[in-house]
Parts: sequence; structure tokens; C-alpha cells
Amino acid sequence: MEADALTRAQRIASEPFHDVSSRGGGTIRFIQEIWQNRDLLGLLIRREVKARYKNSSLGVVWSLFRPLVQLLIYYFAIGQILGAARFIPDFAIFVFIGLTVWSLFSEIVSGCTNALITNSGLVKKVYLPREIFPLSAVGGALFNFAVQLVVLLAAIAVLSTFPLDARLLLAPLALLMLVIFSVAIGLVLSAVNVYLRDTEHLVEIGLVIFFWLSPIVYSFTFVHNALNGSWLEQLYLANPITLAIIAMQKALWYSGSEATGDLQQAWPDNLELRLLLALLVSLVLLWIAQRIFARLQGNFAQEL
Amino acid sequence: MTNPTLVSITDVSKRFVLHKDKSLKERIVNFQTSRRHRDDFWALRDINLDIDLGSTVGLVGHNGSGKSTLLKVIGGILEPTSGSVARRGRLAALLELGAGFHQDLTGRENVYLNAAILGLSRAETTRQFDDIVEFSGIGDFIDTQVKFYSSGMYVRLAFAVAVHVDPDLLLVDEVLAVGDEPFQRKCMEKISRFQHEGRTIVLVSHSADQVGSLCDRVVVLHGGEIRHDGDTAEGLRILRAGYEEDRKVAAVNSARGGPSHPYLFRSIACESVIEDGRVDVEVDIEIECVDPVPGWGLGFSIETPLGLRLYEVTTFDLETKLPTTRGVHRLVLRLPDLRVGPGKYVLNLGLGDETGRNFDQAPSAASFDVPVLSPGAGTVRIVPTMQVAE
Repeated sequence: MEADALTRAQRIASEPFHDVSSRGGGTIRFIQEIWQNRDLLGLLIRREVKARYKNSSLGVVWSLFRPLVQLLIYYFAIGQILGAARFIPDFAIFVFIGLTVWSLFSEIVSGCTNALITNSGLVKKVYLPREIFPLSAVGGALFNFAVQLVVLLAAIAVLSTFPLDARLLLAPLALLMLVIFSVAIGLVLSAVNVYLRDTEHLVEIGLVIFFWLSPIVYSFTFVHNALNGSWLEQLYLANPITLAIIAMQKALWYSGSEATGDLQQAWPDNLELRLLLALLVSLVLLWIAQRIFARLQGNFAQEL
Repeated sequence: MTNPTLVSITDVSKRFVLHKDKSLKERIVNFQTSRRHRDDFWALRDINLDIDLGSTVGLVGHNGSGKSTLLKVIGGILEPTSGSVARRGRLAALLELGAGFHQDLTGRENVYLNAAILGLSRAETTRQFDDIVEFSGIGDFIDTQVKFYSSGMYVRLAFAVAVHVDPDLLLVDEVLAVGDEPFQRKCMEKISRFQHEGRTIVLVSHSADQVGSLCDRVVVLHGGEIRHDGDTAEGLRILRAGYEEDRKVAAVNSARGGPSHPYLFRSIACESVIEDGRVDVEVDIEIECVDPVPGWGLGFSIETPLGLRLYEVTTFDLETKLPTTRGVHRLVLRLPDLRVGPGKYVLNLGLGDETGRNFDQAPSAASFDVPVLSPGAGTVRIVPTMQVAE
């Protein structure tokens, strides 16, 4: 017993003090803290996923139903009834690619926005790097995305074919950019929502607007034909979500790039360059978002 | 070797701003008057505190005195408005049992989750897992979702996880009184083992008894400031005196409408006579009847300075006839042949009626000392004999 106490005293005496009163902490410290808590992050993500489908007999299959129903609705309502499918080959595949990418973005953003509120019990009672809560929401969203992606790839394999060339490389690049971008947005929104609960309602509305601003149920060709490469089209393409969706379509929607005649599709020029640029911007945004989060998190425990 | 400092708190102050409007609409509508809609409240003011490794510190104070805030500042959960907190070593904060429990997950999953929240890695948790389950006494229910647990099982499991992480500093907020008696005893054993292992415990508690028996140092907070820092018995005395002050203020405030104290203590004097290994205590009490009502009585109790109550009795129990005329009356209370162990003892007195109404109180009104009169230690004095049986 005594020896135990003595070794403890020696160990503590040799340890440096760290300041816990100001959590400003640099970005490097943030990465370190997240790395130290990776076990916990993994468990929180598992909790997120498990708790969602616990007690339901179909479990994770439910996460597929919503996009499938959406797919059916858009396929019939917009594709067949409004006739968009006449100008878009393989309309089902096209819509499903857009929907999958979109649901990744919207789940990350809305999940992050509510992450601190739903975990307020923990935020108020235990010290953890608070970024871990939005990040666990991101993990949950990525899991759902992975399930949908498997279905999407299976559907492409059955109904269409993969463009087996360099175009496929656009997919991981687009996804990486989209995840970084949405994490940046989500981090800021999660912190702001603690102080201003209206944020979550604004986010809901914002998501609806951006859904229709992105080429999910209509193709970029429609936009291109309407705007004719004007500055408005450039503005439209400045949206990282739009870029990610177009890049995913180019990578996975084989008939989109092969079709000719009436069905021929327009693609934005320099897509790769735009993507890389968006990736850089997203990284900067992520850094800024983390700084904002670090600045705001000091009062989380008392505001919740 | 002296114990190194584990936590160093320098000039810490904490201000809470209380917003009365929360939504965007309210903020815009009230933009001009926004200033009026916030109140400042200083929960802590200029706190300086060093906590050494191996000590057990009790944070006591009234409700709202800032003790829980201080605990959260030490834990890094709240950021102080000014000042700094430096800390080293591993920390486990037990501010609420089962804070990280998720209703829909099984006990096993929650153990891993909560252990990770308290800073244990997966491998360490796996190593400790059997101990945790054994300590909690949950048994086969470990694979049941925790929403089906009884509240006792819930807190037992949470406590078991918390004491099995290996902290240098354990912050505890009013959570030690969980479970049934055997489990509470187990908790206390675990805490005292923690103390032997040279860990530091910072404890917020309202139970003077608990603080008295566990802590070697007491910090009394009042209105966000440190009133006392050091000796446990003295700290508890100051805390009680503070309660009494508050009670008087409250009594004065509430007395504005109704009649004031019908009975008041004028003086209390205590004398102890120690002769031939026998202790006799005599207490001389003067009471003023301001506004006599029938059926009043006097209660008194003996406590150790750490708050352990030894005895209490009232004049209703003794069936003493008390005068009901206006004026000052003198009562003499005799405690003949008091068989208590060596140490200091405190007398508390109170005036009231049988329905439990309080007229006046005099906590720690008098005290007396008992020297070592017979071998052995403890609060009860026994003169044992022992011989080898034939």
C-alpha cells in the first residue's frame, strides 16, 4: 500500500502541470486530444448506430428505406410524370447517386447541429474534448452512407456498368472534400446551436433550399442550358455540395458520360481543378471552424 | 518525502450571466433592452487553493455557495472567468452517476462506454471488466439493456465503473450515498482503500458525518468565497455557525408579518466535573419568554465535533413541566456519570413545540472535554476487564 502511494507521488511529482482553465488549445492539441480519445469516439459512434436501431427487428435495413422511398418518389414524380427522365439516361441510377451524396451531407450537418444538445448530460458532467460529440455524429452518418453506398454500387453493377478508367478516382476525391466541408459546417453549427437553439430550425430550412440548389433530381445539363456559362453558372458551381455530386455522377453514372444526341450531358470544365480547389477551401474552413468551436466551447456546460 | 501538489487554483473567479430570453425572436425584440435581460452572478470569487496528492478534501457550504461550481472548474468542465487552474495526473469526475449511460444499450456496452468516458482504454476495461461486474453485484443482468435495471442496479453499476478507473484525482459530488447498506459499506471501503493508495479525493457533500469521517481537510465556501480552509472539525463548526446565521436572517425576514420569537435563549453555560474517573456535566440555561404559548419545550443533543450524534432528548420525553409566564427562566440540565470516550463533545440546544415548530436554536452552544480516563479509544467509555478463564 505504502509503496504504491510512494510510486504514485513520484510519478505525479515528475509530471508537468497543464492548464485546464482555458481550453483555447491549438489545432494540434485538438488533434492530439481526439487521437487520445479514439477509443471513446469509436464507442460513441457505435452507440449512435446501435441505439438508433436497437429494438427494431429490421435494424440497419431501416436506414435504407428512406432513400429508397425518396428514390421511388423522385423517379416517378419528376422522372416519369414531369418528364425529366426523357433527357437523363438511367434516371434511377442518376437520382440515387445524388441522393446518397446528399444524405451524407445532410445527415452530417443535422447530426452535428444536435450533437451537443443530445449529449448535454455528458457535456455538463464530464470533461471530454467536446469536438468528440459532433465527430461521433459524423461517424454515424458515415456508417449510414456506407450502407447506402453498398446498395448503390450493387445497383450500378446490376442495372448499368462502371466506367472503368481514371474517372472513378473522382469519387473518393469528391467524398473526401464533401466530408471535410460538411464537418466544418457541422462543427460551427453544433457550437452555435448551444447558444441559439433557433439554429436547428434554420438548418432544417437551409437543407431544403440546398437540396433543390444541387443537381440531384435534375441534371447539371438543365442548369447549363438555362444559364449558358454565365457568372450565375459559376456561382452555382461554387457550391461544394454541387461539385461533389457532379463529380460522383461523373465517376459512377456511366450512361451519363457516354450518351449522345438528346441524352448528351454537359459537364463543367476543369472539374478536377475545381474539386481540388474546393478541397483546399474546405480544409481552411475546417481549421477556422475548429477555432470558432474552441472559442465557443468554454461556456458550453453552463449554457446547456 | 512531502506529497506533490496535484491541483493548483490561482485567483479563480466565475461569473454566470443569466439570460432571460433564449430565442432569436426574443433577442431581436428585446435588442434595446437586452442589457436589462441579463443578470450577473458571481459563483466564485478569488479562490486560491492547492490540493496535495493523497489528501481528501471536503468542499462544504450551503446550497448555492459555489462548491459544485468549484468542483466543475477543477474538472475542467467549466471555464473560469478569470484566474487559472493547473492540474496534473489522471482525473475521474463523478458528478453524476451514470452520466454517460445510454438507456438502449446493455450493461456491458455501457460499462465500456462509461469507462472510456472516464478515460480508460478498451484493453484496460476488458482487464477490469470482471471486477467491475463483481463489485456492482449485477450478475447475469449485465447483458440486459440498462433501461430495465432498477434504480439501485443502475447506480451500482455506474459507481462500480467509476471506482475501477485508476484516477489520481477523484472528484465526487454527492453521489456516495447509493445503493443499499452493504453496497454503501463496500463504497466506503473502496474510498478508504483509495486513500491508502495515496489518491486524492475532492468531495462535495452535505453530510457532515461523511465529511467528518472521510476528509482530512475541509474547505468551507460561502457566497463563492473561501470561509475556512483546513481542520475538519473547525470547518464543520463554521459551516454550522453559518447555517445558524442564515436561519436567523430568514427568521427575521419571515417575522415581519407574524409574531416574532416567543422564546429566546439568553445564555448557555456548561460545566464538566471530572472526579474519580467519573464525568458529570451540568448545563445552565437561561430562557426568555417573550410571548408565552403553552406546550413549549427544550431539546438538546450531544455530538462529536465531526457531527456524529450520540444522544438527543427533549423535555417532552422527560415530561418536565416548564413555566409559561413572561420573563427569564433558568433551567439546569444535568448529565450525571457520562460514559463517553476521550475527546471534545458539543452540545446543541433548541426551543420549539411538539408540532416541530422552532422558536430558537443554539447549535454548538457549549462544549466540554473528556480526558483519557480508561484504556481504549472510541466515543463510548467502557472499563473492560479481561482474564484468562480457568
